[in-house]
Amino acid sequence: MKKGYRKERLDRGIKARTDDIFAICSPREIAYIALPRFIVIGALLMFPLLAVLTGIYWQNVLIITCTIALLALSWDLLASAGLVSLGQALFFGAGAYVTGFLSHHYGWPPILSVPAATVTGALLCTMLLYPVLRLRGIYFGLITFAMPLLMMRIVEATKILGGTEGLSGLAPLPGMKVELYVIITVTLVCVFGFRRLIDTDYGLVLRAIRDNDRAVMAGGINIQWYKTQAVFIAALPATFAGAFLTHHYQFVGMPAFALEYSILPLTSVIIGGTGSFAGAMLGAFILVPLSEVLRAFGTLRVVIYCLILLVFAIGLPEGIFHYIQRKYYQFERLVPVEEIKK
Amino acid sequence: MSQDLILKVSNLAKNFGGVKAVNDVSFELQEGEALGVIGPNGSGKSTLINLITGFVKPSGGRIIYRGENITGLPPYKIVSLGIARSFQMAKPFYNIPVFKNLIIPLYSSRARKLKGGAYGDRDEAAIHFLEDVGFERDSQVPYKAAGALPHGYLKRLELARCLTLEPDLIILDELFSGMSMSEIASILPLLAKIREEGKTLIMVEHRLRELFRVVDKAIVLNFGGKIAEGTSGEVMDNEEVRKAYLGSEVLSGA
Repeated sequence: MKKGYRKERLDRGIKARTDDIFAICSPREIAYIALPRFIVIGALLMFPLLAVLTGIYWQNVLIITCTIALLALSWDLLASAGLVSLGQALFFGAGAYVTGFLSHHYGWPPILSVPAATVTGALLCTMLLYPVLRLRGIYFGLITFAMPLLMMRIVEATKILGGTEGLSGLAPLPGMKVELYVIITVTLVCVFGFRRLIDTDYGLVLRAIRDNDRAVMAGGINIQWYKTQAVFIAALPATFAGAFLTHHYQFVGMPAFALEYSILPLTSVIIGGTGSFAGAMLGAFILVPLSEVLRAFGTLRVVIYCLILLVFAIGLPEGIFHYIQRKYYQFERLVPVEEIKK
Repeated sequence: MSQDLILKVSNLAKNFGGVKAVNDVSFELQEGEALGVIGPNGSGKSTLINLITGFVKPSGGRIIYRGENITGLPPYKIVSLGIARSFQMAKPFYNIPVFKNLIIPLYSSRARKLKGGAYGDRDEAAIHFLEDVGFERDSQVPYKAAGALPHGYLKRLELARCLTLEPDLIILDELFSGMSMSEIASILPLLAKIREEGKTLIMVEHRLRELFRVVDKAIVLNFGGKIAEGTSGEVMDNEEVRKAYLGSEVLSGA
């Protein structure tokens, strides 16, 4: 008789030991926890220093990558509160146009207009979305999908904010190296900040709203108010990304509400894995450079891109980050299964 | 036991389209009393609870809680006044540990206000409340994912969720449903203790024998209307109640 085998997954000993306060036991255990984080932080902070190797082209790619990563982080926080957004471009566009307005009409320098646009844009988006917050699932998604398209048409029809021409000649950011360090820092702060936030009791309430909103209501919590806060917090990195990229291009126009700013963050999170924020960031750092590399294939680019998406979506539905995390935490082994004798 | 009016429901009504789910229901409840709400399936018991706790907006009538009109207030405001409810279908937050489930009500403005904003360690408070409903602190159970709990424990968790809000009026929607006899037997002393603390209780139940071991009086609903009110004996002897439960043919044929 053939003997059966069963696959068994076990936490690594070091994982079990480092799970809690025991992490301070030995350098090896500290490294186990800290190393993955420091590699990411280190690699990103080193990047601008390697200008000779990377060239201006890949520095630009990194800026766009971080932008998409910020939008993806924003998406992931919204999704943690049960709000599935299909229109991240709304946040992006809001940040972009507010900073464009401040810079064009009042001549604010980027150091003022970008933070102002981040907060104001997030407030505007929160007010726009407030009436639809009681909608759930696909209904909320459809409204958010329509919002950026609506804004684009309003700008086109009313010719406000430069209409189809957009606003050009905006104040530039002070040099590539500063730009890179600003956006890298913001992305890192955002990813670690959100990971921490969602682990607090406050984050727990947000996640509970996603799981079972009626039970949260019965717990005496005003879920409408918490969802509003979640939208505001989640909007911040996205409006920042919009404002930042506006000054990077020194231009803001209708493309700020373009579909790609809604779709790319969404695919990034799906590829990277939802709920962990690190997954969202990883997804963006795979997809955006990948799409640049694929430019060499000309028209076939989209085909290959879609094929890769398909393979990951089917092969690793949990997301790349969660797969890597599992491999890091656990090992697998085959355990013989005893035949049941009759 | 003080004899103050805690809840006064008058002419409460709710229509879903043409269906009168709750139709002209009135009753009063004194502080410290325990009221049962019984009736056949679809008689409007759960809708009545949803109306009182603000989950459903009434089409008519008034709900007065301690002299304050709470008709149509949102659930979180009603909770903050001191009314807590459990759900018939105990749906915990599955992916988080059992005790973390109680962090959510402990995070509410009511719970934070009660202890001057300082339950200190919310995790510790959660474990404490779990102990109160029969979870053992030192066992693995409070730290496991809530999705892995057996049904009886889920119901206890529901009860604990109510108690964390330190309410004055507790409304339990079919707490006993799906529980075994021994599970019910182990939860009865808990309910007795809640009553001893002077809390007011409303229980929607199908399990009448067990219900009347907890409550003093009951109201009976049928097709959304109140058809009887009284002690267990009065209610069970009422002919309309027996008709509603057994069907009219049985009685007329007998």
